[in-house]
Amino acid sequence: MSVTVPLIALRGVSKHFERHPVLDRVDLEIPAGRILTLIGPSGCGKTTLVRIALGLLQPDTGTVSRAAGLRIGYMPQKLVIDPTLPLSVGRFLQLAERDPATCRAALAETGIPDLWGRPVSALSGGETQRMLLARALLRRPDLLVLDEPVQGVDVTGQEALYALIGDLRQRLGCAILMVSHDLHLVMAATDEVICLNGHICCHGTPRQVSLDPAFVALFGQRQALYAHHHDHNHDDHHSHDHG
Amino acid sequence: MSLDFLYWAAAGGLGLAVLAGPLGSLMVWQRLAYFGDTLAHGALLGVALGLWLRIGGGTAVLFTCLGLAIVLLILERSRILAADTLLGILSHSALALGLVALALIPGARVNMEALLFGDLLTITPREVAAIWVLTTVALAVLGGLWTALISITVQEDLARVEGVRVGAIKAVYKLLLAAVVATGMKAVGVLLITALLIIPAASARRLARTPEGMAAVASALAALAVLSGLAASWWLDTPVGPSIVVVAAGLFALSLAVRPA
Repeated sequence: MSVTVPLIALRGVSKHFERHPVLDRVDLEIPAGRILTLIGPSGCGKTTLVRIALGLLQPDTGTVSRAAGLRIGYMPQKLVIDPTLPLSVGRFLQLAERDPATCRAALAETGIPDLWGRPVSALSGGETQRMLLARALLRRPDLLVLDEPVQGVDVTGQEALYALIGDLRQRLGCAILMVSHDLHLVMAATDEVICLNGHICCHGTPRQVSLDPAFVALFGQRQALYAHHHDHNHDDHHSHDHG
Repeated sequence: MSLDFLYWAAAGGLGLAVLAGPLGSLMVWQRLAYFGDTLAHGALLGVALGLWLRIGGGTAVLFTCLGLAIVLLILERSRILAADTLLGILSHSALALGLVALALIPGARVNMEALLFGDLLTITPREVAAIWVLTTVALAVLGGLWTALISITVQEDLARVEGVRVGAIKAVYKLLLAAVVATGMKAVGVLLITALLIIPAASARRLARTPEGMAAVASALAALAVLSGLAASWWLDTPVGPSIVVVAAGLFALSLAVRPA
């Protein structure tokens, strides 16, 4: 796939629910091989935008084009399995890929090789996210779409998970579209940040965005300061101290 | 006295029981108990339509249930009301409408108890054959779609992104459910058919470690309930449908004592 053609391009995408506008003429290009993070307060339309990009939702106006033959690995925000459904981690992966060896390799890739037989209902937050990530990898994706990938994970686990995501990009060479509500968490793991609040307020490198007046207005000084603090540590990508 | 009727009853009931396992398990996982009830209540309207149009009761009920399932699919997609409220309204409206329609048909003499609670002992060989044809076809369809159905149950968006045809498969499943409700009505009646689908599946939860295991155990438990219910009805002279459901409920109570697998 050519590097110059965006994997997914959204042009002038608008969407409203009931009469409430959620997205207003949003343009977005997802280039190959880069990590792009969508950030914004809750209710700003991040998940809606991702769902439109994935084709799960149709925009009211605007167009979505995807590169031909694009393979997407998707990690949804929530996994709510009815407790009456008995399902092991291995079986969960085999819903997407029959071959058990491939599934086991994906579990190893995300650092949970020993959880094959564990019931999904018995997983911790971090283990659940890694299992979801493993399933997304089974598709051998050109693009990984991760909706709030560290949800329900403790702080140490969050850093480890972001480190893993950065690692995977290096190893697999896929692009990553990530959704987060917290810039300082994703600073180290992302190439480009897009700040969304119904429309795109600002975009650029994490550093640029953290200093952008629109971003500061949206998130207040606290996150901006966090971001600033990180700017001085940008050599040290995977071991920030959030203490 | 010939006991043939008892064997036919057992054969028909077992056909339904086998299918109740996988179909009922999916119902439990997807929380479709109310959906099943609505279809079952609509079956009564089908009986009235059959009498009115002078077509065979079985055919009229089948098409009414299938039609109702399609209406429900469309309504669900348009999100007019919360699904739960919508089904609550439709379910009881269909039941009431069916009862009123039956009362309005001149000269119609209907065995209401048989419609509401089933009449397995009067099942004809033809009806038994219909049940087994349905069971065979439905099991083949469920077998082919099984992984996709589980995938949809677990995470619908994920299944969709992975290329599963979610809308079509859900529609097929719900139409199958409608066909089973319409056919199973003979055995346990419109008020109890959901019970035959749901209770064995719920009982199987603690006895299984995989989705398929749960479906198989549910089939076995449903079969046990059908045979024991028939036996109880024979020896104690109790109505068959309720006897089957009472046994199923008893098995469920026992299953609670089992430590989760």
